[in-house]
Amino acid sequence: MTVEKEPVIELKNVYKSFGQKYVLRGLDLTIYKGESVVLLGQSGMGKSVSVRLMLGLMDADSGSIKINGKEITNFSEEEFYENNRKIGMLFQNGALFDSMSVWENVAFSLLNIDKMNPEEARKIAIEKLEDVGLPAKVANMMPDELSGGMRKRVGLARAIADNPNIIFFDEPTTGLDPIMSDVINNLIVRCVKQLGATALTITHDINSARKIADRIVMLYDGKIIWSGKPEDLDNPKNEYVEHFVKGISL
Amino acid sequence: MEMIQKVGNMGVNFVKAVFQFILFLIQTIHNWFSPPYYPKVFLKNFIEIGFYSLPVVSLTALFAGMVLALQSYSGFSSFSAEGAVATVVEIAITRELGPVFAGLMVAGRIGATMAASIGTMKVTEQIDALKTLSMSPFKYIVSPRVLAGILVMPLLVLIADIIGVFGGFLVSIHELGFNPYVYIKDTYNSMKMMDLTIGVAKGATFGAIITSMGCYYGYYTEGGADGVGKATTNAVVYSSILILIFNYVLTAVFF
Repeated sequence: MTVEKEPVIELKNVYKSFGQKYVLRGLDLTIYKGESVVLLGQSGMGKSVSVRLMLGLMDADSGSIKINGKEITNFSEEEFYENNRKIGMLFQNGALFDSMSVWENVAFSLLNIDKMNPEEARKIAIEKLEDVGLPAKVANMMPDELSGGMRKRVGLARAIADNPNIIFFDEPTTGLDPIMSDVINNLIVRCVKQLGATALTITHDINSARKIADRIVMLYDGKIIWSGKPEDLDNPKNEYVEHFVKGISL
Repeated sequence: MEMIQKVGNMGVNFVKAVFQFILFLIQTIHNWFSPPYYPKVFLKNFIEIGFYSLPVVSLTALFAGMVLALQSYSGFSSFSAEGAVATVVEIAITRELGPVFAGLMVAGRIGATMAASIGTMKVTEQIDALKTLSMSPFKYIVSPRVLAGILVMPLLVLIADIIGVFGGFLVSIHELGFNPYVYIKDTYNSMKMMDLTIGVAKGATFGAIITSMGCYYGYYTEGGADGVGKATTNAVVYSSILILIFNYVLTAVFF
């Protein structure tokens, strides 16, 4: 008996342009439940735009985008915010709220959306901080007192605070040293496994992709041109992917 | 031909911006009537706009009242109408100078701060982060700020009125040799409820202008630090211009 895989993120024939410039030209991508997919691609190829479309932060010109089985392109404002409750996002630079302490950042949705009492929310925030390897004493610090690696970890703790079933990671290792990059990669793998979540990571860091991904897809010229397992990167049978992996311009 | 195209583009962009601002206001007002509400955010901004603007608004009003007493005395004394100084100070301060100076000072202080902080949130993806955390930026950032501005500005204007009239009183008594009892009596007799009503109405209007312009330019900031700088400048410049325009409009309405 074969078990049918359940699609959690589905993009079909998605187009997006800015003025005369087309960034996405018929993007098709399906990500299944529990899968960790890495979207690889050069800068300016539409990786961030793809994620912003999936998060509903931007509107597609045409095409279909389904998240958790629901078409998000015609969502009302209420549906949009309701849908985002099941989604976590780690932004490239953390996007921590400057005016709030670390624990208030992590517990933001618990305090303001779930209306949890502050003591309980703080307790959960500290647990989440410990999950990402940060000590409890960090909880009362302000974001501008944190290093780059710590900001990413706090961002990760915030992304997983409400136990989402989908997590997006935007360039999680950019700007970090190789050791801290590895720490973040391990944390991503562990958090995604613990939550049983579906994950989509955008990056151009090959080492990070190999570590995080169950499946890697390559975006080029607004479309997916290659898809395979991390080990397939060694022999991708695609000239562009081969050049990308080796860091050689075409 | 190129010139016509440029002018045409400017016109189109202006109309687009006006529609964008109207939509922005509609969303802001809509969120006042749809829960949940965030009273802590409202209170924080109420204190920030009102309490922390008190020193600058008070000083401005005090010196405006003092200057007004001196200048009106020098003008009125030439045709022996010095007795009108108290009345002129009271009317000018409560109807015009109190609201306008308070508005301009708060525009410089709060309009700039709001545009800069929201603009920074925009360019550092904090606004996007709010959305991914299921929080509407209008509900959490914009609506409470604009409401706080509308409610706290009339209070600031009333305080500016009292301090401005007091400034005129100080100069009239100590520099110009007025009898304090007579000056206070003249001020009291000339004061009408309408003077205060106009001042309060202007305060609420200016509060709406300052906070909505600060939030609007901050929310639509594009680019990095340069974009934040432009947003800040635009917020202060346009709110100052609108304050002066609406000051005339309201004066004409109540005339």
